[in-house]
Amino acid sequence: MNAQDSHDLVLRVIAQIAPDVDVGSLDEDRDMRRELDLDSLDFQTLVERIAEETGVQIPETDYPQVRSLRGMAEYVAAAGTPSA
Amino acid sequence: MSAVERDDRQSRERHWQEARDRLDGLPAGGLNIAYEAVDRHVVHGDGDTLAFRFLGEDGPPEDITYRQLSERTSRFANLLADLAVPAGSLVFTLSGRNPDLYVAMLGALKACCGVSPLFSAFGPEPVRQRMAAGHGRVLVTTASAYRQKVAPVRDQLPDLEHVLVIGAGADTLDAPGVHDLAALMERSSKDYEIPRTDPEDIAFVHFTSGTTGMPKGAVHVHAACVAHSATGRSVLDLQRGDIYWCTADPGWVTGTSYGLVAPLTCGVTCIVDEAEFDAVRWYGILEDEHVSVWYTAPTALRMLMKAGPAAHEGSDLGGVRHVCSVGEPLNPEVVLWGQRELGLDIHDTWWQTETGAIMIANVPGLQIRPGSMGRPVAGIEIALMQRDAGGERLRDAEGRLVPVAGFGDEGEIAIRTPWPSLMRAYLGAPDRYASCFADGWYLSGDLARRDEDGYVWFVGRGDDVIKSAGHLIGPFEVESVLMEHPAVAEAGVIGVPDPTVGELVKAFVELKGGFAPSEDLRRDLIALGRRRLGAAVAPRSIEFAAHLPLTQSGKIMRRVLKARELGLLEGDLSTLGSTP
Repeated sequence: MNAQDSHDLVLRVIAQIAPDVDVGSLDEDRDMRRELDLDSLDFQTLVERIAEETGVQIPETDYPQVRSLRGMAEYVAAAGTPSA
Repeated sequence: MSAVERDDRQSRERHWQEARDRLDGLPAGGLNIAYEAVDRHVVHGDGDTLAFRFLGEDGPPEDITYRQLSERTSRFANLLADLAVPAGSLVFTLSGRNPDLYVAMLGALKACCGVSPLFSAFGPEPVRQRMAAGHGRVLVTTASAYRQKVAPVRDQLPDLEHVLVIGAGADTLDAPGVHDLAALMERSSKDYEIPRTDPEDIAFVHFTSGTTGMPKGAVHVHAACVAHSATGRSVLDLQRGDIYWCTADPGWVTGTSYGLVAPLTCGVTCIVDEAEFDAVRWYGILEDEHVSVWYTAPTALRMLMKAGPAAHEGSDLGGVRHVCSVGEPLNPEVVLWGQRELGLDIHDTWWQTETGAIMIANVPGLQIRPGSMGRPVAGIEIALMQRDAGGERLRDAEGRLVPVAGFGDEGEIAIRTPWPSLMRAYLGAPDRYASCFADGWYLSGDLARRDEDGYVWFVGRGDDVIKSAGHLIGPFEVESVLMEHPAVAEAGVIGVPDPTVGELVKAFVELKGGFAPSEDLRRDLIALGRRRLGAAVAPRSIEFAAHLPLTQSGKIMRRVLKARELGLLEGDLSTLGSTP
């Protein structure tokens, strides 16, 4: 999965969890929880759905890296790419 | 009244009188929470002690001493006077956890105004309902919260005169009565003498949800701080020099009673984290800020448990002396995890918005029985009252409540009135208020058992109120919003068990003729819920149903929905009407 695919996937999952948000105005480098009014439970669901769809598990210790849309997309793309 | 009952009553009265005597009282007479929480520490020479340390999401922390807090809250009280806001008015707050929020709450109390803190994750509808019910004249908020949650309903808030904007952006709001809070604070004097305050004057209004109807505004008075300071010492073990972290938001009663009033009346230093939950960050705060007393919630503890040992690897939590939990039943697994993984005993406590302060607790020194919420605290007497098979309160031939017969029997928790922090009214709802009391007892609606050593074990709610992440959610409020959708004929909302947050809000929806279930419609309904109610209250899942079970009188039978969801027997369905 490349960075664009994972970017689209994260947006698609957000739209399922919080269909009220306007992802068009999202600053991709800022904390999605604040930007999109997601609570801890929404964020947890986002992580779980990403794992279901891609097999990429994100441990809590890595959460600081995936708080922004760009961070999460890059994390998922990198983790989902076999290291040869 | 028997001699034993008389002795018990006198002993309770003596306990609360002694707790009152440990407070100062106002120089001008009476009792004011803000004086006991802030100013008197300056008078006693503790002005340089840290009252608060605010941890921002980024950047350095902001420290506020008791002296600085006294001056800032006086400025706020003065600015209310300058705006000609009369004593007894209700000041609402709607903001994340930042210094100005806490200053505004305490400053309004100094000015003898009531304070009603709203949870910042509420959507416009819960905000409107609460502010309209409280006839709020003043709102302290941020520009973005105003734009998202208040502007859409401002025309339905005719009593709102002043909007005090925290931080930047007041100039970007095109609305009546908007003021830049910082500018007003700057102009106000830091000297303020709190007027004589009757201990029975209104201090806080906390809204809470019931099974039916709109949220109820529980009114609390200044005398409540007698119970807050007493339980702060006896249950939370707060002592001079402590660094205390209450993780609750002031938008809920715990964040006010125990995030503000109790710790400050005890003169300790409060940590406030402005960020949302994050396991690694939380362990870091406990260690780096040298937190000695920690009051948190089962949902948070379960999320920490889920995060696993990697999240606290290398953390030294040896400085944490005492941990308490509140908001929902603390399951034994969490207690055992705390002992095993963190080396900490987690002390469960029980109370409600209506009780104002902790009523039942595992106090320091009491041996913890994992899964029990402990025993009644000093000054509090409880009984468990029987209910009949239909869930109604049982009465004897004289119409009096009937306590359970023996140990281990299930009954509704009842608390002998009065005590200082008991709510004094539901705003504008005297009948609903009266229905909470009988025979000198406050009836909590929570069901429990008691063992022979007096430990109380939570069983469940006696009504349909949902408890998600420690927050009470009224199913009717959620159903009302879903019913606004043109496709919805009927909606029934229940809590479905969830291992982390206790219950998740789920809605069953029956569609009008001409509408068919679809993914788009489901998303539409979830979006509507979140937009109007906010993420904290909105349903997380929607299930379409051909017919919803109704009573003869046409009310949704949530009990049946829940039984079906859980695959249980549906119980007595004799009141079930024929569904269309």
